[in-house]
Amino acid sequence: MSITWFVVLSAFIFCIGAAGVVTRRNPLVVLLSLELMLNGGNLALISFSRMLGNHEGQVFALIVMVVAACEVVIGLGLIVAMYRNRIPIDVDGVKEMRG
Amino acid sequence: MSAGGWGWLILLFPLWGTVLIALFWNALPGRMAGWLGSAAILGSFVASIGAFLSLHSKPEHARIVTSNAFDYVKTAGVNVDLGILVDPLSIFMCLIVSGVSFLIHVYSVAYMESDAGYRRFFAYLNFFVFSMLLLVLAGNFVLLIVGWAFVGAASYLLISFWYRRKTATSAGIKAFVMNVIGDIGLVIGAFLLFNHTGALDYAGVFRGAQHASTNEGWLVAACLLLLVGAFAKSAQLPLHTWLPDAMEGPTPVSALIHAATMVTAGVYLIARMHPLFEQAPTAADVAAITGTATLIVAASIALVVTDLKRVIAYSTMSQIGYMILGVGSGAYVAGLFHLMTHAFFKALLFMGAGSVIGAMGGEQSLDKMGGFRRAMPFTFRTFAIGALALAAFPPMSGLFSKDAILAFNLDRGGGYAVMAVLGYVAAGLTAFYAFRMVFRVFYGEPVEQATELEHGHLWHPEQPTNPATGEVEDTDVGFPGPEHHVAEQRWPMRFAMAPLALLSIVGGIVLIPGVTTWLDDWLKPTFDSSRFIEQHPSQGAEWAGIAVGGALSVMGIFVAYSLYMRRRGATLGMRDRMRGLHDFLFNRWYFDELYDRLFVRPVAGFGRFGQGFVESALVQGLLVGGATGIVARGTAFARGIQTGALRAYALLVMMGLGGLGLYFLIVSA
Repeated sequence: MSITWFVVLSAFIFCIGAAGVVTRRNPLVVLLSLELMLNGGNLALISFSRMLGNHEGQVFALIVMVVAACEVVIGLGLIVAMYRNRIPIDVDGVKEMRG
Repeated sequence: MSAGGWGWLILLFPLWGTVLIALFWNALPGRMAGWLGSAAILGSFVASIGAFLSLHSKPEHARIVTSNAFDYVKTAGVNVDLGILVDPLSIFMCLIVSGVSFLIHVYSVAYMESDAGYRRFFAYLNFFVFSMLLLVLAGNFVLLIVGWAFVGAASYLLISFWYRRKTATSAGIKAFVMNVIGDIGLVIGAFLLFNHTGALDYAGVFRGAQHASTNEGWLVAACLLLLVGAFAKSAQLPLHTWLPDAMEGPTPVSALIHAATMVTAGVYLIARMHPLFEQAPTAADVAAITGTATLIVAASIALVVTDLKRVIAYSTMSQIGYMILGVGSGAYVAGLFHLMTHAFFKALLFMGAGSVIGAMGGEQSLDKMGGFRRAMPFTFRTFAIGALALAAFPPMSGLFSKDAILAFNLDRGGGYAVMAVLGYVAAGLTAFYAFRMVFRVFYGEPVEQATELEHGHLWHPEQPTNPATGEVEDTDVGFPGPEHHVAEQRWPMRFAMAPLALLSIVGGIVLIPGVTTWLDDWLKPTFDSSRFIEQHPSQGAEWAGIAVGGALSVMGIFVAYSLYMRRRGATLGMRDRMRGLHDFLFNRWYFDELYDRLFVRPVAGFGRFGQGFVESALVQGLLVGGATGIVARGTAFARGIQTGALRAYALLVMMGLGGLGLYFLIVSA
């Protein structure tokens, strides 16, 4: 089976995730979409690692998963903090960084 | 002490005075600053006498002493010492400058008493005298230029002394600009001389110039440039318009500028540079002709001017014209003689005018004065003595000095004789306008101010105003003080005027043809190399000249008497009949208007062009505006990107990464 299929699938997943991050306003869904993007990346890493026959790519995928877990913890923490402070759960509602 | 040591002391006293008053003005109570300044100048005068005696005790050929404090610049080819030249000429000048200045200082102690800028005034005044003494004593061109420029700066400070008066500040600027024109001439002239002679000290320059042939181009050019400097300082045509405007300064300043310092500098310069001018007779003739033109023009204007101080100012211009004619035509001693007598009677006239102006409460117009004779007997007598000396009435000092110049020129013959005749004509005019002042101020119906003064009460205006424009003023610093002073009530003013009155009468004694030759003898070492040293008109010719001068003087006074005393008001009819001539003279031959058209307006137009196009369009618009525009637009764009919307950032990052990926794909393909 050609590597192309795997890479194309990973690209699809990544793009779906990216589209979700850009278009959705609910932070929870944004986090989900981010997870999709990360996993699309993971799929590409593992595919190439299999193709080249070394394991470094798989180690990278594991590290990405750890990062993803941390990120989810922080992201969910932020969302809870927003909820507690009665800030609307909406990505576009938070614009403190505006120049 | 050596003559050189005395010379340095002459300079140091007024310098100390300036520094002391300037630094510790706050600690000087009351009139202390005035007395301190006067004492400094008195010290200078005493040192001048010391130098005089020291030189006098030497044999004639050893009376030219140079003294160097230290080498200022010493490199290959350029050698400048901080050195002074003490010789009969410079000591003669020092005696006049410090002596007359001392009396003017004493006069100012009372005259400026109520002025809020009293201490500042004396710091400036001392600085002025210091500058003039530096100019006179300088032993080389560098120091001469320094003194020359200092005098210009000091005159600016003093003319604009009442710095809240618009008229005073613009007069100061005018004087300064005119003087800077002269400075440029002097500096370039000195450069030219240095270029051709390789020396900057007088003796070296004169030695170097000896090799030049008569009327060699560069020498004439250098002398003409020196003359530009001399004409600007001495208010000769065409650089004279600052002098009448300089009357905006306090009266003692006018006295100082006109009698002792500043305007005599040009005469001194020509006398000092006489070896150069004798090798460039063309330049000397230019000086003589300019002097003649000035003395006629100024005398004609003085006939009609109605401002008391300006009449005296134009008489100064005219008298300086005589001096320039004298030193330009080779009558050095005569020119300097007239410089001396003029210093006496002109200082006296200004002091008298100051007293009258004090009695008028600051008013200066002759039209509003009259009948002060009984109210101010002392001022009247001294002013009349000054006017007699100015009119060259026999046997006052002015007669001998003026006729020494004119007799010499008659004796030289040719064009010089023509100039002498013109000088005699102007002498008649001088007598007329001098007594026009006396008759209009002191005779006739006493005005309100005079009658009040007769009852012992000094008149003061309810509201102080600028006499030139009538603008209302206050009496705070920057304007004249609230009190006015007259000599009758203040002893320092009388103390200053009495010796000057005496000297105005007897000052001529130093050089009476056939009787005394003191001044000739004294100045002989300086002018020893002159071609004209032995050229004297015969005694008969001199006395004939004096007789003619005296007769003209009596005639001028008589005409003034008949016009202003016997047929008062006759001049009004004359004015109406000769309105064109009167307006021409009254408007000072339209010199100011001419300069306004020729220089002021084009320069102002150029300035407006510069402001409108170069400054606002080019500099502000293109250069400054361009630079700030780039930064402003750039930051506005950068700020626009920072929306704060998280999703926008994410999109931008993705687009950036996508773009980067695309770029690498294309490059690698």
